[in-house]
Amino acid sequence: MRIGVITFPGSLDDVDAARAVRLAGGEAVALWHADDDLAGVDAVVLPGGFSYGDYLRAGAIAARAPMMRTVVAQARQGLPVLGICNGFQVLCEAGLLPGALTRNSHLHFRNRDQGLLVERADTAWTSSYEQGQTIVVPVKNGEGRYVGSDADLDALEGEGRVVVRYVGGNPNGSSRDIAGVTSADGRVVGLMPHPEHAVEVLTGPSVDGLGFFTSVLTGLVAA
Amino acid sequence: MSAVVDTVTRAGQTPEEAQPWAELGLREEEYARIREILGRRPTTAELAMYSVMWSEHCSYKSSKVHLRTFGDLPHSEALLVGMGENAGVVDVGDGYAVTFKVESHNHPSYIEPYQGAATGVGGIVRDILTMGARPVAVMDSLRFGRADAPDTARVLPGVVAGVGGYGNCLGLPNIGGELLFDDCYAGNPLVNALCVGVMRHSDVRLAKAEGVGNKVVLFGARTGGDGIGGVSVLASETFDATGPATRPAVQVGDPFTEKLLIEACLEIFAADLVTGIQDLGGAGLSCATSELAAAGSGGMHVDLDTVPLRDSTLTAAEILMSESQERMCAIVEPAKVEAFLAVCARWDVLATVIGEVTDGTRLTVDWHGEQIVDVPPRTVALDGPVYHRPMARPADLDALQADLPPITSTDLRADWLAVVGSPDGADKSWVTEQYDRYVQGNTVLAQPEDAGVVRIDESSHRGIALALDGNARFARLDPYVGAQLNLAEAYRNVAVSGAVPLAVTNCLNFGSPEEPEVMWQFAEAVRGLADGCRALGLPVTGGNVSLYNQTGDVPINPTPVIGVLGVHADVRTRVSGGWQAAGETLLLLGETRPEFAGSAWASVVHGHLGGLPPQLDLAAEQALGGLLATLAAGGLVGSAHDLSDGGLAQALTESALRYGVGATVTVAGDPTAALFSESVARAVVSTSDAAAVLAAAREAGVPVTELGTTGGEALVVEGVLELPLAELHTTWSTTLPALFDTPEAVTGTRPAGAVPTGAVPTS
Repeated sequence: MRIGVITFPGSLDDVDAARAVRLAGGEAVALWHADDDLAGVDAVVLPGGFSYGDYLRAGAIAARAPMMRTVVAQARQGLPVLGICNGFQVLCEAGLLPGALTRNSHLHFRNRDQGLLVERADTAWTSSYEQGQTIVVPVKNGEGRYVGSDADLDALEGEGRVVVRYVGGNPNGSSRDIAGVTSADGRVVGLMPHPEHAVEVLTGPSVDGLGFFTSVLTGLVAA
Repeated sequence: MSAVVDTVTRAGQTPEEAQPWAELGLREEEYARIREILGRRPTTAELAMYSVMWSEHCSYKSSKVHLRTFGDLPHSEALLVGMGENAGVVDVGDGYAVTFKVESHNHPSYIEPYQGAATGVGGIVRDILTMGARPVAVMDSLRFGRADAPDTARVLPGVVAGVGGYGNCLGLPNIGGELLFDDCYAGNPLVNALCVGVMRHSDVRLAKAEGVGNKVVLFGARTGGDGIGGVSVLASETFDATGPATRPAVQVGDPFTEKLLIEACLEIFAADLVTGIQDLGGAGLSCATSELAAAGSGGMHVDLDTVPLRDSTLTAAEILMSESQERMCAIVEPAKVEAFLAVCARWDVLATVIGEVTDGTRLTVDWHGEQIVDVPPRTVALDGPVYHRPMARPADLDALQADLPPITSTDLRADWLAVVGSPDGADKSWVTEQYDRYVQGNTVLAQPEDAGVVRIDESSHRGIALALDGNARFARLDPYVGAQLNLAEAYRNVAVSGAVPLAVTNCLNFGSPEEPEVMWQFAEAVRGLADGCRALGLPVTGGNVSLYNQTGDVPINPTPVIGVLGVHADVRTRVSGGWQAAGETLLLLGETRPEFAGSAWASVVHGHLGGLPPQLDLAAEQALGGLLATLAAGGLVGSAHDLSDGGLAQALTESALRYGVGATVTVAGDPTAALFSESVARAVVSTSDAAAVLAAAREAGVPVTELGTTGGEALVVEGVLELPLAELHTTWSTTLPALFDTPEAVTGTRPAGAVPTGAVPTS
């Protein structure tokens, strides 16, 4: 199975996402923001980082890259897409996911090992988990506070589209402790924490993050 | 624009024209020497170049005679490139080479904390990149005035945000460092940033311009009016009211551009498109062109009109001096220029051919079709003045050394909490949580561990360890011994991770070299570091000197920050400092003497600094280091933590709180010494195989004391005190948030535009 990882100018965790794909048993394919051809990949990861230096708004410029036009079109056809941190911001800016990520309530960049409650274990990216499972993966962001209008957040929760929620402390002031959300069809997932940094005992706080990548590979094999 | 361009011809015709050499920081004899070298008065642009290149920051004119000592150290097989290049290069095995260096950005960080610190990181990262290496991690060693001083609340949050803001955006994990407070830094914080990079042996690049006809390419950010320090004096020579406004002398960083520059450079190196490369840091284009030319055959011509500008009103001298960040200069063969520019275009990096390597030995610069610089580049870059400054042992040193510290605690429990809850001893998470330690996915150990450890090869598991240490109290009491104690501590910190120490770098922060007592401290510290490195068999790969650090008229305590690099043949055997399991035996390695002079306990509890620092024993450090490597390789220990500031009390606290595992220990002899002495060459290890550790220690000749056993919800020193972990955690972890965790502290209360202008030392 081939999973594309898009590199934008300023992407940082692209090598980490590719490593996670490999450790999960997939083939990582490097994709370049200025191209518009997905090279036949079966799913796409938008990695963390500071695309375009977070200038204008985090993710706003990358969301308009040629490759993103293709991703948006393919996602609407069911292509599995995972946005991590800056990738989540790009997905929100591209209109694939609702809501917005704003400056952390305490105004600091914050990096810590974070507990997450998995509320949806049936999306393309979380099927390896049990619903209600708690996992620990790193969170690290300066603009990770998820916000939306009360009506939109009510609707999101009503439709069960919150995929992961912060537990044991909210690291950035996100509304309703929301850490990640999914599209209506469960194929597109965005989250601020970094599952790709929790894939090896040697370098991560756990290997809890590997499930995101095994989920999509398992789903693709089944399909 | 200036009505008259001060050309070389004009300078020859107007020998009597008055020039602002004094305002530019040159001494009368230095100005006379420039006239002698050129056989005429310098042009305005030449004067600017010489003044900045002959500054203390660029020429090391006060420190050079002492630093030569490092070059006299015995040859090391591990050293591939020594001092003099942008950074030294060390062989770490399997064909890998590592380059690492620390640099100061002290004065800019006091003026403008965020940008000062951010551009400090940016500068050291470019130094590492220039060697041909991919930067893989950063560290920072920070000193501020008293933690509760009002100005510390202005400076510290900005510095931390700047270090994080720049490093995080570059995708470089921050793997450790130091944060310490002392009144002596109140008007002069220290911001020392380290970067480490990795490459293959064959990829080492050097900064020299060779090959007549090769092109000089400037790439990266446009050149603007930021970071022009003393050179702003020259702007007064422009009479036109439309000239550039005076701007802050502190540079403004753009980490996004630097990230693109890193990726473009690595692609350029991989395709072998450059013959020489140099970053633009202090003294900007003046430094890069004169150093590249001086290191090569000598000839270079630059057309200044081709330099892309942010501000078209800049004068020639300002363009030559600008310290705009995120710029590099490369020497490229004509046939490779097109490919070079294509790589830059792919990464949206602006690249421009601004000149070429010429035959002959002159660096010439044209501006608006006229020649404004014609100098021998060696005289600018290499033949700066060298001073043998007068030295004098500080008059107060005898009295200071005779002022012995207290030796008995009246309340061990209260003292324990005071030490670990002091700003120096407290949990540093408030700072380190603002740094990305995970990016690149190779961070094996990071703060709060004693050393940072990074994997450099995913298949062989080879890795490196780094530690930075700079105890200034010891150096104040005896700079010769103090520098060696810092070396010993960094060596030990690398060793407790299980690594084999390999090489040394340094950042020497001192007061004014024009003060004989400061110059003596500096010379003693250098002599100490050289002797220490000789004893340990380690090369000094390079370093940085920052002088004129003082609060008012009072110099800072001498602060030699020492970095030690070590190697892990297999990072999977690394040892961390926290206790993870109950029931392990705790062993104290090394010998404890009642040594309190310069200790954290004497400072925090008694406000005392006096006496002689702990006895140095580098042979014992080597024995301990060897033992720790053996224990790690054999998987014989569950944890290892060095003993230094705060002694055993501090080490036990950190090991217990890491994973919330307590311990019960017994201490023999005087409990004050057992808990708070800072005797060197000591570490605490936990093990489930005490017999094996004892045997290995006996073999290594390292004394061992059995302390007790891990487990429980408290730290218990039998018959002495009991500290529940919850109480200990509260004391340890709330100090920094209570001091700095307010949004006001983040944004600062100083009104915009209050940044002082004028000359700012650039280190």
